[in-house]
Amino acid sequence: MAGTPEKVIYMDNNATTRIAPEVLDAMMPYLTEYYGNPSSMHTFGGQVGQAINHARQATADLIGAAPGEIVFTSCGTESDSTAILSAIQTFPEKNHVVTTRVEHPAVKNLCDNLEIFTGRKYHTTRLQVDADGTLDLQRFQDSLTDDTAIVSVMWANNETGVIFPVEKMAEITKERGILFHTDAVQAVGKIPINLKETAIDFLSISGHKLHAPKGIGVLYVRKGTPFVPFLNGGHQEHGRRGGTENVAAIIGLGKACELAAAHMVEENTRVRALRDKLEHGLLTSIPKSLLNGHREQRLPNTSNVSFEYVEGEAILLHMNQFNICASSGSACTSGSLEPSHVLRAMGVPFTAAHGSIRFSLSVYNTEEEVDFVLEKMPAIIAKLRAMSPFWEENK
Amino acid sequence: MWEYSDKVQEHFINPKNVGEIENADGVGNVGSIACGDALRLTIKVDENQIITDAKFKTFGCASAIASSSMLTEMLKGMKLEEAKKLTNDDIAKALGGLPKEKMHCSVMGREALEAAIADYTGAILPMAQGEVVCECFGVTDLEIIRAVKENSLKSVEEITNFTKAGGGCGKCEGRLREILVETVEGLAPFPVGMKKEKRMTTLEKIKKIEDVIEREIKPTLKKDGGDIQLVDVDGDFVTVSLRGSCAGCHSSRTTLKEYVEKKLREQVLDSLIVEEDK
Repeated sequence: MAGTPEKVIYMDNNATTRIAPEVLDAMMPYLTEYYGNPSSMHTFGGQVGQAINHARQATADLIGAAPGEIVFTSCGTESDSTAILSAIQTFPEKNHVVTTRVEHPAVKNLCDNLEIFTGRKYHTTRLQVDADGTLDLQRFQDSLTDDTAIVSVMWANNETGVIFPVEKMAEITKERGILFHTDAVQAVGKIPINLKETAIDFLSISGHKLHAPKGIGVLYVRKGTPFVPFLNGGHQEHGRRGGTENVAAIIGLGKACELAAAHMVEENTRVRALRDKLEHGLLTSIPKSLLNGHREQRLPNTSNVSFEYVEGEAILLHMNQFNICASSGSACTSGSLEPSHVLRAMGVPFTAAHGSIRFSLSVYNTEEEVDFVLEKMPAIIAKLRAMSPFWEENK
Repeated sequence: MWEYSDKVQEHFINPKNVGEIENADGVGNVGSIACGDALRLTIKVDENQIITDAKFKTFGCASAIASSSMLTEMLKGMKLEEAKKLTNDDIAKALGGLPKEKMHCSVMGREALEAAIADYTGAILPMAQGEVVCECFGVTDLEIIRAVKENSLKSVEEITNFTKAGGGCGKCEGRLREILVETVEGLAPFPVGMKKEKRMTTLEKIKKIEDVIEREIKPTLKKDGGDIQLVDVDGDFVTVSLRGSCAGCHSSRTTLKEYVEKKLREQVLDSLIVEEDK
């Protein structure tokens, strides 16, 4: 059953991405001959520091930031924790945090357990989403109080691809002296972002979501935003994140950001067209299938489709027979007994939530692959429906 | 990704006996679409009390489908009396084992078999007579006790793996632990570091709720020009009325659930449900 990499049809890019060949090439010298410590006084180490600065500039350019606003971390989760814990330490007198019901566990579980980490009681407002997965700005505005320390809202949802109006939200929090963090690991590299034009204080990036390796993340910290480090130690990252730099991964991320900037148009034209073809094909060729999430206000690469009366894990394992990789929001794939918290928050009925499949594309996908998936999916769903006790009476 | 045995994969990819027997002698329906898995088992029984045919329809994951397929294979040609003795463990073993989180799939197969036999013999299903403990997945105490005994379960987590009970909202966790302690001899009532809390009297409960409202909730709401009054406490239901700028504010429901209810759950009882008096 093991899929040989060459034959894999990989449509699970919101889970992780392949390392771009150019990224690997850029990294290799720093895994071999250029092993110096960027903090060293000698030229051998110092030249590594210059390469890091170049990567920092490339990363800043992708999101419209200044190089000094980029802090390299180990992953998106570390960036999220750093931002949120920094903000609540900045305002020790405030005890309220605002987030959404559909955040990634990196933010959700942190906000659920702030008391454990800080020893103080917090109350957390988790903003409800509408049936199409979008947020209501008025409800958001009403949730803010004088006690609110930070708002943390993802830029785009990992399961549905739905994009939230974080720029507008950050404007609102700025007026009220509240810090704003956005987990943008799914958005960066897929849609244009220009932080100079926004009031966002903190933004998280994860390298492996945009064709850099795993184990590298970024926290953008706006110039002038108060900041308390999460990892204390050496003077690395100007004292904002201790620990010797993960040099090769940083170089890789810099290259990945350059590539993402170069591919931005393609992502929003060719990849979007492939996604639309796949989605339209599935929805028209398979009865009782429906789209989860807002059709327009969405990442160009993501499509979350539910096939009613069948279960997601069973669908994925049949797809696996053809080396097609995707994800599901079903209970069985999550390891818990309930379907995805995102789909439940949207009020997707159980008949559909258990049978949801997320396809997430990248610039490496081809039209042939989409056609192959479209050829295989109807039979897979039909086969499972033929053995579903609910299908006969509902078809 | 789950590690499925070759047998599970075989029965999942090419399941045997899919369908429904027309004019079946016994039909067993278990599970529901909300729970994420469901199975309809139909059997044919001849005059010698031998199961001559068995078919299934299953909504569920790979292990649910494989368990159903394996069950029907085992049943064909089996004496009814033998079939009555079949356990979930027999199904799991025949499949070369199931991941522990998936054991409930084999339990579902066994329950469908029992339901089909009960349908054939006209007997009442004993397990359904119990008291529902897990409301999310509709699991009774009798089902839980049997799973604990037959599979030598030692923890609440194992109960969830085998019966799904406790895998939803988690409110029944205390009751599951009680059942476990009552059923398994020599089991310490609570794991190290976990204290059993004394049940509060209604009076104590009301006093505590009043106290938290006065001390914490009221001052916070007043900062925004609002106010709150305790109206009634009935079991776990706490009725309050919101006043001042809170009344009629369209985020009042959020305030109620996200703030008032949360505070009361944290400080009084985690099963409390706060409603607004309208």
